[in-house]
Parts: sequence; structure tokens; C-alpha cells
Amino acid sequence: MASGAQDKQYTPSLLSFFIYNPTFGPREGEVRGGFQWRTSLWLLCKTLFWTKFLISNFSFQEEKKILFYHPSEIEKNEKIRNVGLCEAIVQFTRTFCPTKPAKSLHTQKNRQFFFEPEENFWIVMVVRNPMIEKPNKDGKPSTIEYQEEELLDTVYGAVVRQCYSMYKLFNGTFGRAMESGGVELLIQKLEKFFYRYLQTLHLQSCDLLDVFGGISFFPLDKMTYLKIQSFVNRVEESLSLIKYTAFLYNDQLIWSGLEQDDMRILYKYLTTSLFPRHSEPELAGRDSPLRPEVTGNLLHYGRFLTGPANLKDPEAKFRFPKIFVSAEDGYEELHLIVYKAMSAAACFMISANVELTREFCEQLDGLVGPQLTLLASDICEQFTINRRISGPEKEPQFKFIYFNHMNLAEKSTIHMRKTASVCLTSVHPDLMKILGDINCDFARVDEDEEIIVKAMTDYWVVGKKSDQRELYVILNQKNANLIEVNEEVKRLCATQFNNIFFLD
Amino acid sequence: MAEEHYLELSENPVQFEHASSVNNVFFDEANKQVFAVRSGGATGVVVKGPDDKSSVAFRMDDKGEVKCIKFSIGNKILAVQRTSKSVDFINFIPDYPHTEFTQECKTKNASVLGFCWTSWNEIVFITDQGIEFYQVFPDKRSLKLLKSQSINVNWYQYCPETAVILLSTTVQGNVLQPFAFRNGTMTKMTKFEIELPVVPKPAKLTLSERDIAMATIYGQLYVMYLKHHSRTANSPGAEVVLYHLPREGACKKSHVLKLNTTGKFALNIVDNLIVVHHQSSQTSLIFDIRLKEPDCAVNTHQPVLPARSIHPYRIPLSGPAAVPTQPPVPCQLYSSSWSVFQPDIIISASEGYLWYLQVRLPPTVHLLQDKGKLMDFLLRRRDCKMVILSVCSQILDGQEKGSLPVVATVFDKLNQVYKEYLEAEQSYTAAMESGPSRGGGAQKRPVRTQAVIDQSDMYTHVLSAFTERKDVSHKFIIAVLMEYIRSLNQNQITVQHYLYELVIKTLVQNNLFYMLHQFLQYHVLSDSKPLACLLLSLESTYPPAHQLSLDMLKRLSTANDEIVEVLLSKQQVLGALRFIRSVGGHDNVSARKFLDAARQTGDQMLFYTVFRSFQQRNQRLRGNPSFNPGEHCEEHVAHFKQLFGEQALMKPSTV
Repeated sequence: MASGAQDKQYTPSLLSFFIYNPTFGPREGEVRGGFQWRTSLWLLCKTLFWTKFLISNFSFQEEKKILFYHPSEIEKNEKIRNVGLCEAIVQFTRTFCPTKPAKSLHTQKNRQFFFEPEENFWIVMVVRNPMIEKPNKDGKPSTIEYQEEELLDTVYGAVVRQCYSMYKLFNGTFGRAMESGGVELLIQKLEKFFYRYLQTLHLQSCDLLDVFGGISFFPLDKMTYLKIQSFVNRVEESLSLIKYTAFLYNDQLIWSGLEQDDMRILYKYLTTSLFPRHSEPELAGRDSPLRPEVTGNLLHYGRFLTGPANLKDPEAKFRFPKIFVSAEDGYEELHLIVYKAMSAAACFMISANVELTREFCEQLDGLVGPQLTLLASDICEQFTINRRISGPEKEPQFKFIYFNHMNLAEKSTIHMRKTASVCLTSVHPDLMKILGDINCDFARVDEDEEIIVKAMTDYWVVGKKSDQRELYVILNQKNANLIEVNEEVKRLCATQFNNIFFLD
Repeated sequence: MAEEHYLELSENPVQFEHASSVNNVFFDEANKQVFAVRSGGATGVVVKGPDDKSSVAFRMDDKGEVKCIKFSIGNKILAVQRTSKSVDFINFIPDYPHTEFTQECKTKNASVLGFCWTSWNEIVFITDQGIEFYQVFPDKRSLKLLKSQSINVNWYQYCPETAVILLSTTVQGNVLQPFAFRNGTMTKMTKFEIELPVVPKPAKLTLSERDIAMATIYGQLYVMYLKHHSRTANSPGAEVVLYHLPREGACKKSHVLKLNTTGKFALNIVDNLIVVHHQSSQTSLIFDIRLKEPDCAVNTHQPVLPARSIHPYRIPLSGPAAVPTQPPVPCQLYSSSWSVFQPDIIISASEGYLWYLQVRLPPTVHLLQDKGKLMDFLLRRRDCKMVILSVCSQILDGQEKGSLPVVATVFDKLNQVYKEYLEAEQSYTAAMESGPSRGGGAQKRPVRTQAVIDQSDMYTHVLSAFTERKDVSHKFIIAVLMEYIRSLNQNQITVQHYLYELVIKTLVQNNLFYMLHQFLQYHVLSDSKPLACLLLSLESTYPPAHQLSLDMLKRLSTANDEIVEVLLSKQQVLGALRFIRSVGGHDNVSARKFLDAARQTGDQMLFYTVFRSFQQRNQRLRGNPSFNPGEHCEEHVAHFKQLFGEQALMKPSTV
């Protein structure tokens, strides 16, 4: 592809993102209600004559349905049109399968994803397909080639669901906002949350890991683990306000007092948003102004990642982010205190009904700081010992992604360390796409299976599903045949996963 | 108020005829016998020992006032001192002549202060001018001098347990010379000097016999010196100074016990505790020299517990004179007629009682607030088990509930002792296995004391009841169980399966499956077949338990049959087949089991595959694809024929 040198690649990008509730517009039973979805269907059919007429009539009503629209600067009528279109598609497809409405709509230029997280609330994300711009000679406008098949429904569907989960983590359900402050409050909350959150979506680097939404667990020996248990229990006992605790080391989870699904999204928040924002000061040099204030507290390295930056500051505010987690009776609202000492981070969650004071924070700092510092160095020491025992890690011939649906444990040797902005992978996007495709195949059936793919570029890609576990291996072995690849994967399972039950 | 008397007199005292003008009472520390000598023995000598076997009654001729009377060990020979020059002997061995024989002390002009038996036929005379060590020949009715040593003696003390005699020498009496006796030999040990609070001028005997006692504490011999409060020295009260007397080497001042008061004291040793009785306040103090005092200089000890009197004692009226309705008479404690003997004997000669002093552990629990210190104290006591277990229960619930760090400290202390025992037991077993060739006889089997509180004790007496409690939060219950498991792990003790079961039960009851999952993920609950089976049983309430269980079985690597069963029960016939093949068990596995399962699925192709797979196995193993009669597969062969026809069967390959 000699001419390709001048081609311009465009990665997938977010075109629009909106949330609506069709019941907030003209309702069924109202005079023109019966038209509602048929109207939209007309839109779909691009019968422009009628639409213009109807929109001018209904725009006031229709606008009410829209709770959030990004980008906000879009003209009102277009917003209404786009929402109406989605509404129409969903309603239209529902006639074919009432239980499973459409999840995505593929078009040449973009792809739309629909998600109904709560009854009648729809989140729609429109992603522009990746494209290649090919300059033409003779001054003609360059041609644009859309790569319609590059995006994976599972990946971006998961991204939409994650958006909702993240909103819910910090705000509770849509229904909750409706109950406490009506549509106005909900709109306000959505605006406030998504305005910032959407900026952090990096659609070009979404992949299989977003589908899994897994948790990376820190490998640890039993004794050190028990020490952490003991620490958590003691802190929870002496600071009885603390309801739940989670413990992480090196951005990997060690203990969660929260239920799995709550932990999953909190983990996502911590590792992709909170920790990266705070990692810079630690990496900064000793004398750097970025380095946190440690003077006056040489006993330990503990500090608050949420809440007050400096306890000594008389102006310090003792406000912590609030999160919502599932409880026996619906949801409970909690203060989220994230406290970190060296690489160890403890998240303490306290009922939001309690007002957190300076005294409490000082008490927590005094109690947790020294213990956590000690524990962090214990873990570090233990970790180094273990690594030494297991021998220096050779650069393996293969890369893999492992995921266990049962405990959401994920492990990837494909992904580099996540940073705030991007999630780097060490393999070509084409291979990532193959992984995604295999994953889709696995999702279709319940049975255990194994798929071996020979990629264009001398790579072998192997997907294995055993019970609730999935393993994807990328082998770089030129001239290897199917049998050899199969043997290689068996060997990998025997060495890397010898303590779990993997069917051959 | 809770019971606070932590000392008591033994319930069944040794009773003897009380001292009177016609009845002299003697006590022999070596045999712990009380001699009631009536009229110089003419009207009878009654000997009462700690048990009936050592009790004797006899008569002897009245040859003058008895100064001292003692049996040799085993009641073989009786020695009686009536004069200051000689000791008389009477054989108590059957068939030996009963007539008395006499031995005068060898040293001229010396007067005998007393004598001590060191074995059944060896005796030491202590005179004011030295000691003489004799062997007695009862058949010949004579003695042979084994060894003697001249030295000026003020007074002496004898410790029968170690057969050490301590002589007070010099004018002030404060230079003490110990001698040790064993198997006919006499060893002179290093002498040492007791520091006197005030040196009198002119010099005179200052160190009194009453202020010195010898006893073994934690297996070591100590000389205890009761150092009275002196007005000149700036000490707030009297002290007991302990000198450690090793078998070899120099005697060293090793511990100082602060009494914080003044007056008349007496010492006892009970269960390795030093008990100091204070007469004027009628209370006693106890000291444990193994308890480290953080706020004191090394080896200076404060009383373990606040001063309390001995538990009130009522003298039971027994014998034919006793009237049931008559209440027992309270006994006057700390009476001036009491004599205190080592290690734990209190005698009231005027009332005719000999008691053993005993420590009651339950009251100490409330008197010692620091639970860590309490554990240190209890773990060194003899009958500590139930008390320790009750303390454990106490700190887990009720009003005195301890915080987790306290609970952890207590567990750690228990497990430390438990571990030491296990290790000793292990090295003993190892030594036994390596055979006596390497002189393994030297190693003694470790004694399991009551302080060894193992997992089953904790489970039975503390934890299982604790986890049943409804008024304790499950959070605390789990924290406590994890703390106990942590402590066991920290001491490298293998955790027993029933503790894990308790953890799992508690978690399951509270629907804390995710917590359970995490524990298993980090192998906090160690792998075992029973645990894997327990997990399997949880599958209906918590589906991931299935995976956890299979993983565990896999790691055990001895549970391949179980894995096959699990897979077959899930109708994963092919999976089971592939698994058994991967672990190399395919050749020995029961074909019928697999065919049963395959047929049950109703999947004909599956049945076909499994059937053919076994036919191939048969072909490979026996050169014939058909099943052996012993495999009981006829029914499946018929089914196969019915489904796929005769011709589908694999034919024996013709070579």
C-alpha cells in the first residue's frame, strides 16, 4: 500500500450522547399521543414534508423528553429529530422482539448504541466509525472511507452501560433524582455529571477489557493477606462509623467489603480516574512543589486522596464524594474516603447521614496512617520476596487476557499500565478486534469451547472458555501449525493457571 | 462483688493431734510428714503424711525429749535426735533388727544442730562446726562417714527437692555456703554473701534463719531473702531478694520483689508463684518472676495482683463427735501460731492442721485488667486451661468484651505456647524416627501442660458457642475468627478444617458470599477435600461455589475422581472424559459411569462419542474394542446397537 502513506486515519469518536424518556413528552391518550411513535417512524423514513409540519407542532412537547444532550450546542430541532429517530427504532424493533429491543444501529458513517437502564429512560451513544481519508490527485476533494465493521457492539455497548453505572455510583438512580427533585433535578444532575465524564471517555482505546469490566487482584501470600484483614477489621472496630472498607495495592484490589457489582464500578473509578490524578505528586521529585506536604508528620506517609488535602489547613473542608451502593432495601448513600500511604490505598465508606468532622479525620489519620504505612512496606517486601522466588520474569512468547466471570478477576499482559488519559495496548488493534470477535462468539453459547484463529500477521490467536473463565492468548510463532499452537496453549495453562480448574 | 480471694487452703488438710505439753509436733519438709510425739514416743508416735501410704503410727521408748525426728525417704529408717551430740536410728524395714542404734557426731565438742536425709540411707548431720555426711547400714546397725567439712555454722536450711543444704556462716551470718548431695557424693557449691541493709557494729548475728528460704521456681533453685525495711535506707517497704543458685557457677542476685509495706512476712511457693504473706494486714501478695514489668528496671517486680487475704476457711467438724447441724468453725487465718514451710505448706500446730496453699485462678481474671498480662500469668499456671478458655469467652462477649487488638494479643499468646508444644512434639517424633542409634534416648517426650490450648479446645469451648450468639454482630464474629486464623498462621500452625467450616457457616448465614469468595481466592481457607465438598453443597445458593470447589479439588491433585464425579453430575461428560485423559487416568476409569452419564443426557451423539472413545481405549489396552464382562456395559452395548445398529460397533482390528 504505497499510497497509504498519505492516508489519514481517524479513530472512532463520540458524535453525540443523549438521554431521554419518551414518557415525558406527549403521552399516550393525549390528543396527539397516538402519533408519537408513528411520527418518529416517518422520520426514519425521511418523509420530510410531514415531519416539518409535526415538529413545529410538537417541538415544545418533544423537547421535554430530552434530559441530556451532548453536544449541547446542537440546534434544538436536530436534537428532537435525533431523539425521535432513536425512539422510533427502538419502538419499531420492539414489534419483532418485545423482550429484547434493539441495542445498536449500524450505518455507514456511525453506530448508535441504545440502552435502557431504568424503565423508559434511554441512553444513546452515537459513535463515528473509524475512517480513512484518502487524498485525491488533481485537487479533487479527498475520499473518505468509513470502516463500518471495525467497531464492536459488545465493547461500546459496555461503554454505555459503564457510563450509567458511573452516574449511578455518584448520583444514585435516575428514579431517585426524580423522586427527590423531579425532572429539573435529574436534568441538573445529568448535566453536571456527564459534562465532565464524557470528556474522559476515550473511545479509541476501548476494547475487550471494557466488555469484562473486571478487577485486577493483587497477588499476595496468605499471611500478608490475613494481616490486611486484621487491619481492616481493627479500623472498622475502632472507627465504628466505617461501614465498608476496600483495600488496594498498586491499583489492584486486595479486599472489598462492598458487594461485587459495586466494587466493580468503584474500582473502575479509582483506577481510571482518582488514582491517576494523584499519582503525579508521588512520582515527582523530593523537592518538587507537586510533592504533598509531609512536614510535621514524619511518622507515616498517609494522606487523603478525597476530602481535605491537608489536615493542618485551618480552612480545610471535610467534604467527601458521596457514592451510592446497593443495600438490602435499595440503595444507600455513603461518604467515600480514600486514604493512601505509599502504594497502599484504603477506601472507607461511611453512611452519608453522618457529618464528617475534622476530629474524625484527624482520628482516622492518626490511626490509619502509621498502620497503613507499615502494611504498605510489608506488602512491598513480601511481593519482592515472592517475585524473587518465582524467578525473574522472562519476556514470554505470548500475551494473554484472562477473565473470570465469577469473581471478575482480570489479568492482562497485553495492556500497559492505565493512565488517566489512555489505556495502551501492546498489540495491534486488529488483533484486539479478533479477541473481541471471539468473545462475541463465546457469549452466544453456554458451552465450553475453544477457538483458534490464524491472524493475517503471522500471529495465532487462541480463545478458550472453560466454565466461567475466558482466556485469550496471542502467540507470535511464525510457521507454527495448529497442533503446535494447541500444545503451546496447554503448556501456558499448565504453568500460568495451574491452580485453577481449566478444562483442556 | 466478684470473688476476689485468689489463695486458699486445701480442702482436705492433714489433721494431727495439736501440740500440747504432752504432745510434741515435728514437721519433716522432705517427706512432708507431721510427727505427733506423745510423751517422748512412749505413748505413741503418729506420723501423718500427705497421703495414707505415708502415714504410720508406732511406739518407741522414751529416752528423753525428742529434738528432731524424721524418716528417711520411703519410711525405711527413722532418725531421732534427742541430745546435741548424737542421733538415734530405728529400722523400719521388715525383717531387719528393730533395736535402736546411735551415731555420735565426729567433731569433738560440736553440737548437732539437726540432720537431713538425702536418700533412703544417706544422712547429713549439721553441727555448729561443720557437716558430716553418712551412709546408714541398717542391717549392720551402723553408719559410715562418707565425707565431712568443717565450717562454723550459725544455722542451716535444707531444700529436699534439690538436696541442697545451705549453711549460714561468719559472725553476721550473711555468708551462705550451699552444699549439694547426690548418690553418695557431696559437692561444695560457690558461697555467696547476702547484702545486709545495715551492718551492725559490733558485728553480731544479723541474718536470721527466718528471713531465708530456699525453693525451686520454674525448675531453678533460688534462695529467697526477706529484706526488711530499714529506717535509714530510703526504701518504701520491705523486699524479697532472690538469689539464683545454679548447679554450677556463681550464685547471682536475680530478682527483687517489692512488697511496698513493712511488718512480718512469710513466704510460700505455689505453682511457681512466690506468695508473700503479710501478717499485720492479713493479706498475701503474689509475684511471678517470669512476668516482665515494662515500667520497672529489669528483674524488679511488683505484685501481680492487689493484696488479698486467703479465702476464709472453715474447719469441718469430722469424726464421731461431729454433729451435722453444727456449723463449721471459721478458722483464724494468718494466726501467729502458723508455721510456714516450703514450698506451699502452712501448719497450725496449735489446731493440728497441715494445709497446702493453693492458687485459685478464676478470681485473678477480674483483678488483672491487662488481658495480655493476664494471659502471660495464666499460661504459666498448672490448672489454667478452663480459666484461660473462660477468659477467651469473656473477651469475646459480655461486658468485658475486649477490642480486636486485645483479642489478637490473647490469641497470639495462646498460639505461641501451642506452637512451642507442637514443635517439641515434632522434633521428638523426628528423633524417635531417626532411631535410637543416634542417642535418641536423651530426648524426653514433651509434656503437654494445660497451657497448651489447641484448636479443638478453642472450637469446643469458645468459638463454636460464640458464633452462635445472636447478640454479637457478625462483623465481630468474622473478625475474631479471622484473627484466630491469622494468629495460627503466624505461628505456622496448620489450621483445622472445622475452623474453616465455622467461618464458612458464619459467612453463609449472613449472606456474605462475596467475602467468602475473596477468602478462598487468597487461599485463606486452605484447600481440603471436606472444604471442597462443603463448597459444592453451597452451589445452589451461591453458584460460584461450584468453580471454587473444582479449583480446590484440582489443586489438591489427589481428587481427580471427585472432579470426574462433579463434572458427570453436571452432565459435562465430554469435559470429564477430557479431564481424566489429561491426568492420565483414562485407562483405569469405569466406562460404565461415563456411559451412564452420557445416556442420561439424552444426547445420542454424545453417547456415540463416549461409547466409541471407550471402544478405542479397549482396543488400545487389550487389542479388542469390546468391553470386559466385569465392566458391566452390556446394557449400553445393547443401547448403542439399538440406536446406531450393529455395524456401527467398532470391529476388532485384524492384524
